[in-house]
Amino acid sequence: MNKETFIQLKNITKTFGTVVANSNINLSVCKGEIHALLGENGSGKSTLMNVLSGIYTPDSGSILIDGSEVRFNSPKDSIRMGIGMIHQHFKLVDVLTAKENIILGQKGSLFINQKKLSKQIKEISDRYGLDIDPDKKIYNMSVGEKQTVEILKVLYRGAEILILDEPTAVLTPQETQKLFKIMLKMKSEGCAVIIITHKLHEVMEISDRITVLRKGEAVATVDKISTSPKALTELMVGRPIDLAIKRIEIKDKELILSVKNLTAVDDDHVKVLKDVSFQLSKGEILGVAGVAGSGQKELCEAIAGLYPVAGGEIFYENENIVGKNPREIIKRGISMSFIPEDRLGMGLVASMDMVDNLILKEYQNQKGFMIDRQPVKEKALGLIKKLDIKTPGVHHPVKLLSGGNIQKVLLGRELDSNPHLLITAYPVRGLDIGASYMIYDLLNEQKAKNIAVLYIGEDLDVLLELCDRIMVLCDGAVTGIVDAKTATKEQLGLMMAGETLDPLEGGVLID
Amino acid sequence: MIRIAKRTDLTKLQSIKMRIAAVLLALLTAGIFILVLGHNPLSVYGAMLVGAFGNLYGFKETILLTIPLVITSLGISIAFKMKFWNIGAEGQIFMGAFGASFVALNFPHLPKPLLLLLMAVGGILCGGIWALVPAFFKAQFGTNETLFTLMMNYIALKWVTYLQYGPWRDPQANGFPKIADFGENAILPKFLGIHIGWIIALVLVFAINLFIHHTKKGYEISVIGESENTARYAGMDVKKIIVLAILLSGGLCGLAGMVQASAISKTLSVDVSGGIGFTAIITTWLGQLSSPLILLVSFLFAVMIQGGAYIQTVFQIPQAAASVLQGMILFFVLGSEFFIQYKVFFRNQSASELTKEGI
Repeated sequence: MNKETFIQLKNITKTFGTVVANSNINLSVCKGEIHALLGENGSGKSTLMNVLSGIYTPDSGSILIDGSEVRFNSPKDSIRMGIGMIHQHFKLVDVLTAKENIILGQKGSLFINQKKLSKQIKEISDRYGLDIDPDKKIYNMSVGEKQTVEILKVLYRGAEILILDEPTAVLTPQETQKLFKIMLKMKSEGCAVIIITHKLHEVMEISDRITVLRKGEAVATVDKISTSPKALTELMVGRPIDLAIKRIEIKDKELILSVKNLTAVDDDHVKVLKDVSFQLSKGEILGVAGVAGSGQKELCEAIAGLYPVAGGEIFYENENIVGKNPREIIKRGISMSFIPEDRLGMGLVASMDMVDNLILKEYQNQKGFMIDRQPVKEKALGLIKKLDIKTPGVHHPVKLLSGGNIQKVLLGRELDSNPHLLITAYPVRGLDIGASYMIYDLLNEQKAKNIAVLYIGEDLDVLLELCDRIMVLCDGAVTGIVDAKTATKEQLGLMMAGETLDPLEGGVLID
Repeated sequence: MIRIAKRTDLTKLQSIKMRIAAVLLALLTAGIFILVLGHNPLSVYGAMLVGAFGNLYGFKETILLTIPLVITSLGISIAFKMKFWNIGAEGQIFMGAFGASFVALNFPHLPKPLLLLLMAVGGILCGGIWALVPAFFKAQFGTNETLFTLMMNYIALKWVTYLQYGPWRDPQANGFPKIADFGENAILPKFLGIHIGWIIALVLVFAINLFIHHTKKGYEISVIGESENTARYAGMDVKKIIVLAILLSGGLCGLAGMVQASAISKTLSVDVSGGIGFTAIITTWLGQLSSPLILLVSFLFAVMIQGGAYIQTVFQIPQAAASVLQGMILFFVLGSEFFIQYKVFFRNQSASELTKEGI
């Protein structure tokens, strides 16, 4: 490349106690380049970017911008140098408008020149092709719009180096395309864009160069044109991995769950589930796709008896289980594991150890007043072995485990209870590739055992490969149920955005 | 710039060292205060120990102070374990004493074991119900239990005051506003020179420890304290467990009231608690809700209170000054909890060395 080097990170090392998060990392990004930072969870991507944006100070190594060394003591210093970071979780004030959020925290005169400000924002928007109404309140915005405001915010502050931390995690495929357009525009304006991600196909689509991190080290920087997803995966994981997910055929379809016109309202009387109807057979994996917050959580909880149902029926083995309490539903063999964003949430007790967590649903089956933890302790040791859970011991609080290991504890417990219906939401959230494929295998194992699986997922590629059918939710309503063998990502994306699939045209709608 | 970060890496030994350092620092600071008053700090501290352990009388007094502190703290610990902030132990002690007194005054001629048993039941029931009222309102209407239990204290206090000055006033007390003394059968017997409350307290320490760590109900209480959602998810009957735990919590505080009324005041009076319900909140917290630690902390507190009372008479230090001493020790010990949980550092030192997040 004959482009001018813009940012250069030299031998960055950063340790937390005994954990080496970054070890001697070198990275250079040019002007007008989109540089992808690829790596599994815990490989040090976020740490490196936090060093670049001034949140962390490196133990050793130096940062060069435009050839001269800089030192950041706080994020303010890095903003001054033109570095803007867009975090995965938006930092916007809901009740304010886009414009107000943009100037929030900026030094300025006592009075704000509204006209001048609007003009400035308009200029930036036009220049980078951002499409936003500066006077729209944040709470009225879609996720994609909110992200645009975040981008506008850092551009307004004069950023020429943009760092995007997993920006596509919350977007529909269509919104992702929009974001990529903005990124390309920034590139043509001479900005440097760094995108953190673990989605290979996005990397292949948008980036110019890719730096792969593994266990805190930069293992390689490659040009996109000279690499492939398979090669990248091997770099990430350190060994060849089979990226195919098998799909086992369902033996004989036997109905186990039938949801009819399920409706639920939240505390603010907003409908969160609208006439949801679907059926699920034994030995089938039904995927649920949808933008985050489209009613997935409420659907899971309603079936598990945790969310009040306002209308409709849930037939489980020909019995309406609406109104049954969670205990009764667990007894019937319905198991629910929802991995929330913080990964602890309601499935596990954070400060308790593995034994006390494994006993959570099972203790009530023990006789008498007392709890016998001995058999559970053995079970815990068995799970550690079977699922390769990394923990100092069975009495280590689960909250101190890494995210992936926490999930293994949760899923391990649910599978161990031999359910007939397994509801699992985001089971691979934040897991590395190896662990994710292990989970897919586990789910297929359940399927082979004739267990019905309701799988709420994020990654459309995985949904298409793993599931038998996919139901798409948008804003609490079902926009369609399609056959995973014939459906396409574009179809799913349109349905996620709210378009109901026309059964005549699509021809893949399954009742 | 000063920043504060949560600690995750402190070992048990380090945190114990920190607490000991806090006590030493407290003694040092309080020593300056004693110097200002014109006394030798070392001899004052020595006298405190003499007052608490030096002779049989002092030691007995210390144990007598420890007993209600332990029982009440155990009661509070159950509610706290569930993150139900029961600040109403004082009122529950009053109501427990009231319940016990009702039995003692109305059935004075029952055989001693039966009468004492009924008094204990009365005390536990009244204390438990007194705690259940705020729990009910919290469960139904989401009221704030901290304020609610606190206010219930004053109602209980005024209720006892009303009884003492009104309907229960002893006509044979020469016009004194006091309630008639209990009959002999209503007074706890002594064992080894101290009323058997100490045996009750020790048994309870053991029983509550067993309850929390080895029974289903104890496990459920711990889970609910951590996350009500998780408890619901696991199919627990959250409301039922809350009711049971709060009944138990208030019941134990009520039992402390019964012990005090029976063995110490030998009647019901407005002085029956003497602020134990509030002191016990501190001992519960410092004991980290663990029964054996609560026993230890309550004893140390009793030593401090008893020693403080002793130096008042020996050094002619005004009562207020003795309270200042106690306050200083508390300030440092409670303050050290902050430094055990958080680390304060300066910006340039960089946050990253201290947190393990965001790798």
